This record gives sequence, C-alpha cells and structure tokens, in this order.
Amino acid sequence: MLTTPALDYNLLAPILIVLGGALLGVLVEGFIGKAYRARIQIIIALIAVATAFGWVISIRTKISQVAAVDSVSIDGGGLFMQGAILALAFVALLFFTQNDHFAPQASALPGSIEEAEAIRSGLQMTEIYPLVLFAIAGMLLFPVAHDLITLFVALEVLSIPLYIITGLARRRRLLSQEAALKYFLLGAYSSAFFLFGGAFLYGFSGSLSLGVIRTTVASTGANHIFLYLGVLFISVGLLFKVGAVPFHSWTPDVYQGAPTPVTGFMAACTKVAAFGAMFRIFIVAFGAIQNDWRPLFVGVAIITMAGGAIAAIVQRDVKRTLAYSSITHAGFLLAGVIALSKAGLTSLMFYLVAYGFATIGAFGIVTLVRDSTGEVNDLNRWAGLAKKSPGVASAFALFLMSFGGIPLTAGFIAKFSIFTAAYESGNIAIVVVGVISSAIALFFYLRVVLIMFFKEPTDDTVSVAVPSFLVSAGIVICFVITLVLGVYPNLLFNLANTMTTLVP
Amino acid sequence: MVYLIALPLLSAALLLVLGRIADKWGHLLATFISATTFAIGVAEFFSMHGQSGGNRAVTQKVFEWIAVGNLKVDASLLLDQLSICFVLLITGVGTLIHIYSIAYMEHDKDRRRFFAYLNLFIAAMLLLVLGDSYLNLYVGWEGVGLASYLLIGFWNQNPAYAVAAKKAFIANRVGDVGLSIAIMISFAQFGTVSFVGVKAGAAHASPVALSAIGAMLLLAAAGKSAQFPLQSWLGDAMAGPTPVSALIHAATMVTAGVYLITRSNFIFDASSTARILVVTVGVITLLFGAIVGTAKDDIKKALAASTMSQIGYMILATGLGPVGYAFAIMHLLTHGFFKAGMFLGAGSVMHGMEDEVNMRKYGGLARLMPITAVTFGLGYLAILGVPPFAGFYSKDKIIETAFNQGGGKGILLGGAALIGAGITAFYMTRVVVLTFSGARRWKDGAHPHESSILMWAPMVVLAIGSVASGFLLSFGSSLVNWLQPVVNASNAVGGKELMKPLVVSLLALVVVILGAGYAITKYRTVPDVAPEKVSLFTKAARKDLYQDDLNDALLVKPGKALTLGLVATDNYVIDGAVRLVGWVLSEISDVLRKIQNGYVRTYALIMLAGIFIGALIIWVVTA
Repeated sequence: MLTTPALDYNLLAPILIVLGGALLGVLVEGFIGKAYRARIQIIIALIAVATAFGWVISIRTKISQVAAVDSVSIDGGGLFMQGAILALAFVALLFFTQNDHFAPQASALPGSIEEAEAIRSGLQMTEIYPLVLFAIAGMLLFPVAHDLITLFVALEVLSIPLYIITGLARRRRLLSQEAALKYFLLGAYSSAFFLFGGAFLYGFSGSLSLGVIRTTVASTGANHIFLYLGVLFISVGLLFKVGAVPFHSWTPDVYQGAPTPVTGFMAACTKVAAFGAMFRIFIVAFGAIQNDWRPLFVGVAIITMAGGAIAAIVQRDVKRTLAYSSITHAGFLLAGVIALSKAGLTSLMFYLVAYGFATIGAFGIVTLVRDSTGEVNDLNRWAGLAKKSPGVASAFALFLMSFGGIPLTAGFIAKFSIFTAAYESGNIAIVVVGVISSAIALFFYLRVVLIMFFKEPTDDTVSVAVPSFLVSAGIVICFVITLVLGVYPNLLFNLANTMTTLVP
Repeated sequence: MVYLIALPLLSAALLLVLGRIADKWGHLLATFISATTFAIGVAEFFSMHGQSGGNRAVTQKVFEWIAVGNLKVDASLLLDQLSICFVLLITGVGTLIHIYSIAYMEHDKDRRRFFAYLNLFIAAMLLLVLGDSYLNLYVGWEGVGLASYLLIGFWNQNPAYAVAAKKAFIANRVGDVGLSIAIMISFAQFGTVSFVGVKAGAAHASPVALSAIGAMLLLAAAGKSAQFPLQSWLGDAMAGPTPVSALIHAATMVTAGVYLITRSNFIFDASSTARILVVTVGVITLLFGAIVGTAKDDIKKALAASTMSQIGYMILATGLGPVGYAFAIMHLLTHGFFKAGMFLGAGSVMHGMEDEVNMRKYGGLARLMPITAVTFGLGYLAILGVPPFAGFYSKDKIIETAFNQGGGKGILLGGAALIGAGITAFYMTRVVVLTFSGARRWKDGAHPHESSILMWAPMVVLAIGSVASGFLLSFGSSLVNWLQPVVNASNAVGGKELMKPLVVSLLALVVVILGAGYAITKYRTVPDVAPEKVSLFTKAARKDLYQDDLNDALLVKPGKALTLGLVATDNYVIDGAVRLVGWVLSEISDVLRKIQNGYVRTYALIMLAGIFIGALIIWVVTA
C-alpha cells in the first residue's frame, strides 16, 4: 500500500507562504486590470515575505530532521539563513517599486515594433513580483535541503526566475538580454556539473541523503574516486552560484546587465542561500574528509579574494565595480566555510547579513543616480556628487566603508570575526591573503568616495532622483543596520550564537 | 570627590557648547563653580582631618576604564593628605583668580571662552592630583597641557603668542613622552600602573628599572615644571593673559612635576641614581632661573624666571630623600601664595599702564597704586625669605636640608641654594625698585591708577597668605606630620646636622641683604631704554643663557633636516614602492579585464580549466 509522506506544515510554512504569494501573483497578473495591478503585486509580495519572516521567527528554536520525510532539515543554522534571506528580500523588494526599471513587455524583442507599441500604450508588466517570489522560495529551500535532489530542485527554482528577471531591464535592453542569456547558459552548465556530482555521490553511497553520505564515508572509508568527483562537481555548482573565481566570469556581466534592483537582490540573497547550503553540505556530508577538500577551497578562496580585488581596480562602471567587490566578498565568506567551526558559521551568518544590507543599499543608491536617459553607471560622471546630494553620497560612502571593513561599520566586525575564525582553525594563509586583498579592495572603495567627495562637479555630473517613500525607507534601513551592527555587533552575534545547530 | 572634577568639566563644556548665548553670565557660572569646588575641598579637608592618620586616604572607584588582557585600570580617585593640599591650593587660588579675571578680562569679547578654559584647567588639574594611578594622572597631565596651550595662545590673533603656545606644547610633549615611557616600564615591570601596585612592586624591583622609571618621571617633571633642560617655554608662556600666568604658570600647573616626584617617592627613595639626577636638575634650574631673572626688563618674564628658579628649589628638595618631600610641598604652597600674588600685582600694574610690560617704563608707582604696591611688597618679602614671612619657613628649610646632606655634596648643594637666594634677592629687589620706586618714567599718555576691588581683593587675600602661610604650615611641624603617612618623612631634619638652623637662617639673611642692597645701589637711576653696553653675563642672561639657541642648534635644525629627509624618503622610496605596487596591480587588472571578454565560450572554458585544476588539487591531496 502506498502511504502519503507526512509533512510538517508548520515548519515548511515559510517556503509555502512565499510560494503561495507567487501563485497569487500569477493570478493577479492574469486577472487584474493594469490600474491596480502593480500596487496589488507589491502588497502581495511584501506581505508574503513579511509573513514568512514572522513565521521563521516563531519557529526559530525548532529542530527537525523529518519536516518533509528526510528531504528538509529544520534547524538553527537553516532557519537563520531563511530569516536573513527574507529580511534582505523584503528590503530589496522596496527598490523594485520604482517600476520604471523593468521592460514594458518582457516578451517583446528589443528594438522591435511590438516594444515600441508597448511603450507607447504605457504597458507595464508586473510579472517581476511573482518571479522574485519564486526565486525567494527556491532560496529558502536551498539552505535547508537535506538531500541532493531537493538541493537540485531548490537550485533550479531559485535560478530560473533569476535568469528571466535579469533580462527585464527597461533601458539598455540588449545588454540586459545578453546578460540573461549568458547567465542562463553558464548556469545550466554549472547545474549540469552539480547534477553530475550528485550522481557520483549516489554511486558512492547508494543514497542521495546527506546523512547517509556521511555515514557511508565513515563506514566504508573515504578512498573512493566517486566520492571525490562528487565533492568536486557539487563544489562547482555551489561556487558558481556564489561567484567564486574561476567560476565567477558571469558575475560582472550579469550584475551590470540586470535591472539594478534585481542586481542588489541577487547579490545579497543568492549569496545567503548558496553559502547556507554550502556550509551544511560540507559539514554534514563531507565533514569527515575536510582535509581532502580544504586545500581546494583554500586555493579558490585565495584567488577569489585577490582576483576580485585586483580586477576591480581598473573598472570605471559602478555596477561592475560592485560586482567585483561581491566576488572579493565571496572569497572572504569562503574563509568562514573553510573554518568549518561554530565560530566559522556564526561569523559567516553575521557577514552575510552585514554584507547583504550594505549591498542592497549600495545598489539601491545606484538606482537613484541618473540623467535624462536613466541610470548613470559611469563613475567619472559621479564626480562631486557629494556637493549636489550630500545625504545620498554619505550613505553610499558608508556602504563602501562597510565593504572595505572600516571600523564602526558592520563590515569591519564581519571581516574581523570571519578572519578570526579562519585563523583559529589554522588557516593562516587565507588570513594573510584576505588582509592584503582587503587593502587592495579599499583602494577602489575609497576611489569612489574620492570621486564623490573631493572632485568638483562638472556639467556632466549626474543628478539624484527624488526617491519615493519606500525607496527612502529601504536606504535608511540599510544605513541604520550597517551602522548599528558596527557599533553593537552583539545584537546579531548573540542571536547567531544561539542558532548554530545543524542536524546531521 | 568625583564632583570636584565633574563640576568644572561640565561647566567648561557648557560654556563652550552654548557659545555666545552664555556671554552674559559665563564668567559668573565659572567663578561660582570654582568656588563650589573650593567649598567641597574644604569640606573634604575637615572630614579628613577628623580621621586618624591611617584612615585619611580615601579611594573612590568611578568606573572601570580599561580592561584589556592583563591591563586593568579603573578610573579611580585617591584623596589623601598629599592630594588634599593640592586640591585646596588649586581650588583656592583658582577661585581668587577667577574673581580677579572677571575684572581683568572685562573688555575682552571672548571672556566666556577664557573662563571655560579656566574651568577646564581646574578639572584637569584636579584629575591630575586625584588620579589613583599613573594612567589616570596622565589624563589630567595631558588635560592641563591642553588648557595651558589654549590659554597661552588665548590671544592667538597675535602670531607671536600662537607660536609661544606651540612652543610650550611641544616642550611639554617631550616631557609627556617621558611620563608615558615611565608608565610603560611600570606596566612591563610590575603589571600594574596604580600607585599602590607600583609602590608594592618597587620594593623588590631591579635598580636599573627603578632608575629608568625615575629618570623618565624626572623628564616628565622637567617638561611640565619648566626645569632644565626643558625650561625654555615658560618665559614665552607669559604671552597668555596675566591671571593665567598667575594660576597655571606660577601657582599650580608648573608645580605638577614636584607633585609627580613626591607622589612617586617610593621610586626615588629606592634609587639613589634617580635622586642624584633630581638634585642636579633642581640646582641647575634654580641658579639658571635666578640668573635669567636678573636681566629681564619684562616684568612677567622676570617673574617667570623666578618661578623657574623657585621650582628648582622644590625639585632640589624632592631629591634630598624622605625628609625633603614635605619641605618641597611646603615651599610649593607658600610659593603658590606669594608668586600668584605678585603675578596678580603685575597684572594690576599692566592694567593701570595700558598693558605696558617693560619695567623701564614704570617707576614710582607705589603712590598711585598703594594696594598693589603693598601686596606686591609682602610677596616680595616672602620670596626673599625675610622672617617671619612665608618664604623664610619654607626656603630656609630647603637650604638647611641641602647642607645637611653632609660632606662635599652638602656644601655644594647648600652653597648653590644659598647663592640662589642671594640672586633672588637681587632680581626681586630690581623688580620692585624699577616698578614702584624711583623716578616716573612712563609716557605722558599713561594714567596709572589703582585697580577695582575685584582685582585687589584677591591680591590682598594672597598677600595675607604670603605673610602667614609659612608660619601656619611649619608651626609644630604641622605639614610634615600631615604628609608623614604619604612620604614616610621623619620629623627631624634628616642627616648629619652641619650647621645649626639659626646659623643657616642668619647666613641666608646676610646673603639676601647683600643681594638686595646691591640692587638698590645699582638701580638708583634707570635708563628707560635697556643699555647696550653691558657685561657678557647680562647679555647671556637677557638671552635666557642661550638655551633657545642651543635647542635650535641641537634639536630644531637636526629635527627639520630629519623631517625633510623623511619627506623625501616618503616621496621617493615609500610612495615609489606604493606606486610600483599600484602599477603592477593595475597591469594585472588590465590582463584580467581582457580575459573578461564577454564571450560565454571563454567563460565556460575558464570554468572547465578551473575544474581540471580542482581535480588535480584533490588528486594531489588525497594521493
């Protein structure tokens, strides 16, 4: 007789709520007239994310291995990541509300007659909101997935909507579509490796469950080529998602091409989901053979930190600069995974939140800096911005300081704690390269500050659009969190310290 | 106890933050606060007086300040027999000078700021004497340095005054480095920087460490107290308003060095090397200051040289072992009265003479400014050590103790102190004669007049102190007994008695009469322009014995050369290295940019290469 699997709906609710919101959004897109559609979509998206966040808080102390048979593990570590994703996504969604970022009709070819007509008739598609909610649902599942199939499904659920929304930029349509296509091709390529890795691991252990893989490593010994090929290919899929060198090539192109609010959302939330999953897989399934895979990760972390920092030096485009900055940060975050300790996980959590809010805030400000044709990403035209809009320039400077790890910002505490964790676990090379890379990275952060504050504005200098209430609120939230976590880091550290459980 | 510091600090902050709004009443608030601290000081004194000797010292923890590793420093205050003397002196004289300044600064549009700085000084100076550890003391030490800098340069619209403020600050920094090194050695040696901890540690510390700490503390004292070789700033510091000169650069801050050495008696008692350094510095400075004082025509600079010389006496006394500390403090207190009084007198004269400071342009002022003349005269008698005025009790004790060191050392130190007393009599008589008697040499436009009551009342109070304080402090050895628990001084004048106290006093009196008499005969007539044809000795004294030129040649010029060298090194070597690194990185960056060519096939290839390299790494690691 076939029994239906028991699902613990209470523990799965955050994912289900977001999925429900997404489905509702699809219906709204189909049945509500264009006068109210955008407003209703925003409300649905924000309410879904906020409710899911509240739900995560209410179940934050729960631990379960069998929330969905053996496929989802609910524990402190997973719930923290879910909470972080939802909090970041909520703020990121605030920047989506300036609807002139997105193509009037996504299906119209760039430059085609259909597109021109869509613009003329004032068409404004709002499918972006359900797509983002689908992506968020995938992200929520990714760090709590406990078997390789669920992981793969989550990976695809989060990736495919991202491929689409990358191509939705209203201006510079070709760049945007090119980025989407590149992201899709390379994403599919890396997903194939991920799936391939899963197959090897199944071949090794006869199971897709992370727990069984661990026990097989313990019982039959590690010396099996399928195991190592599995580890390598799984790593490729995950390292691609976080944008680590040499799997980073898509990052600058996609970050630049995607609509800027999407870039901020992607940069912050995808990293949380991917690092959450990475930490879980490598400690739960491969913790026993950490000495075998650690050199690979140390190497990747080192070239990621250094490569990202060095490549950013010659960039002239603010979004590309921030993309390389995010690559560098992926390297720093890898230090927390490599530490593979409780301190490593805590500092990873803190870092993801600190970095996430600064990133969303920074990209949020990029959406505001414009001229008559739209956003201006050429740094030379930001000269003297501080004289025109001191508030916006100061906020941007704060986010850059936090990226650079200047004390009294969240970024300093994050960097300090993650390097401490890496140092304590004996990975000194990472700390040395990390500190040097930070110094290099500081160069291009401060260069932007220099351009904004110490250059005289020219006729070419951009102006800052007056932000709507929701956008201002988003920037203020990011600003305050970056500052508060820099001054009272224990607010978050104490929480993170209580949420480090990972079920085996 | 904490209010002693908190009140003037808050008042200073308030006056600075409020700005012009507080112009109308700022001076009144500051004076009221200063008087309140004096009242608290008096109350603390009587409550302490009611206790028995062992229970008089009180410690009060304010908050935990630093807790890093082994270093634990609380912000704690220590009020004991030594610090209460200073508290009373600082707040008492401070309050008088606040009152005096109300009138003196009446026409200055920045009077409120001046009073804010005065309150800041009071707070910092009280922290200096109340801190229970070297680190707490250091905060106050730096605070008074700051207040002194701000007040010397109060009229910084005059570039010369701003330079004087800078000079004082820099000379003080040299001393401050000494203090910070002393603190570091203490921490390295004893693991603590509190007075109690260092005292316990000093009992069994190596002589080298003790001598090093002692020498560094002496350097600090030399900076703050204008002792050789860091004395050059004090004369220039007279650029500040005269009440500042009276309070900071005569009565209180410049004596902080004496306090530091007395407070660190456990270091100096245990190290004879450090004591020798101390007496050497003291003797050199007391003669140096006295000689410089003989040639100055600027009344404030003459008094400043005198201050330097008198503090030399105090430093000398602190180097004479346990017995000397109490006499040093006694001279410090009596000096606080008579020197502050004389400075206020000088200020009163300047006030009446439209800020003229050249004594050759004074003369015959006694009739026109009788109160100033009398109060100044009483201070004059006190500094000369004429019995029964205050200086007689304190200075003669120092000379006596110096002689009692015995042997050649005793004769050398005692003799120098005695000669110093003679020179003191000469230059002080010169000041009095030039200013108050003789022919009137001022220009027709000047209308010398007595100052208002707000100015002369403080002078009268200080004059009473100049007359009576010596007797009161030494009657029944009251101060020596009072300080005994802090400095372990014995009652009697220590050492072998070389001469009877009476003989010493008579000798001192003879020397003083000789010096004063010579001055009176020499300055029967005074040319109102300083004569050019003078002895080499006078020329040297006029130029502060060439100390500035020496500093310039030994420190300033090599310092400038070093700075230029460092700038060049910075520009070419360090910046060159930085530029090279930057160039290399941006070249690499350029290469990386070319790899990022926008073709998906290239990206996929890079990923594939990465996978192969990754496989290789895992293979190598696991093989």
